[in-house]
Amino acid sequence: MSAPISEQMTAGTGRSVTSLPSARRRLPRYLAACAAGLVAWVALYASLQPLARWLTFEALRLRHETHVASAVEFFVFESPKVLMLLVLIVFGVGIIRSFFTPERTRRALAGRSESVGNILAALLGIVTPFCSCSAVPLFIGFVTAGVPLGVTFSFLVSAPMVNEVAVVLLFGLFGWKVAGLYAGTGVLIAILSGWTIGRLRLEGYVEDWVFETRAVETGIDEERLEWADRLEAGWRAMKDIVGKVWPYVLIGIAVGAAIHGYVPENFMASIMGKSAWWSVPVAVLIGIPMYSNAAGIIPVVQALLGKGAALGTVLAFMMAVIGLSLPETIILRRVLKPTLIAVFVGVVGTGILLVGYVFNVLF
Amino acid sequence: MKIIVYGPGCARCHETERVVRHVVAQLGLAADIEKVSDYQAMAAAGVLATPAVSIDGVLKISGRIPKSEEVRGWLSPEARG
Repeated sequence: MSAPISEQMTAGTGRSVTSLPSARRRLPRYLAACAAGLVAWVALYASLQPLARWLTFEALRLRHETHVASAVEFFVFESPKVLMLLVLIVFGVGIIRSFFTPERTRRALAGRSESVGNILAALLGIVTPFCSCSAVPLFIGFVTAGVPLGVTFSFLVSAPMVNEVAVVLLFGLFGWKVAGLYAGTGVLIAILSGWTIGRLRLEGYVEDWVFETRAVETGIDEERLEWADRLEAGWRAMKDIVGKVWPYVLIGIAVGAAIHGYVPENFMASIMGKSAWWSVPVAVLIGIPMYSNAAGIIPVVQALLGKGAALGTVLAFMMAVIGLSLPETIILRRVLKPTLIAVFVGVVGTGILLVGYVFNVLF
Repeated sequence: MKIIVYGPGCARCHETERVVRHVVAQLGLAADIEKVSDYQAMAAAGVLATPAVSIDGVLKISGRIPKSEEVRGWLSPEARG
């Protein structure tokens, strides 16, 4: 058990340890709350379907087999379901993320050979806490510490694109196949585009001052967290993220409900269906300059898929919006010369394009 | 005492600066608080994730908004020796 050691460190060095002294006293209370919360979650989740039926047909007295009843039932069932999944998963991922820090990830990747490095970076991108506003300091910190350029890009592609919010929403609304395909191909794009950028030897297109910066190890990640701190981290992530995304989720499900009840299927099939080969590149080109978080794009995805747009086209659009965005490229321009920016967007865009086509062929 | 808040100007960075200023004022400390948004300076200080806070050159937190109690802990006489 590491608890006593970390307390000694706190007391002995008075360093950057933020673990508050009462961490071990807080733990039993937190665990009790978690257990109670989990029981309540399971009970509520299991009764969502009957509750939705009761609300639609008894409380609101809507008639069976009508458009409005179908739309209302869809909304009152799907929205608590997706929000509850989101709460649970974001909390869990928040706890998992507390084991990873950008500093630790950098140490794991520094001096790694490419290929293995690309795979590791794409996977670590999923679990390392990352905010695109930190993309530049992170980029500098990585390349100056000896993380190869292509490996750094694998991280920078996977971190925003493959995130728990996107995966949970896709799972809740479209099932595990769509969610799994999105996550799997997202990681694959991150690995391959980083590997490609590495092969192209573009180090000369990083702004010169970047390599003049000396990498500093701050030891900030030596901080030992108690389990109480990790549960708090999960709670904080849940409040932050769910607090931000719930309106988009509700709008997305409302759009879905309206489609479910009213709009004829295959409405979009002629424009964005499988037979329209050009729809994938158009979706990617429209998606790149757009910027939205994973939740914000869900209403659009919901509307497109519901009206008969092809899965590959829609996923390509979603990846382009989340994974490649104008604001992010503008931020990265501070450290990358225009040629490298263009290569980055081109390589990742091509990967997304291929994923779009492959899905359209497979499904 | 020199306190530096690192952040490119996002909402979480402003919140961090507010927390730090609030605690310093509460404790009545004479501290020089600076907000740094230059990426090169951040990198030179070893900051990988913002918001970050350093006190007298020692990085205290990186990647999240500190709680008031945490800031109070860093500034307490015991912690500062």
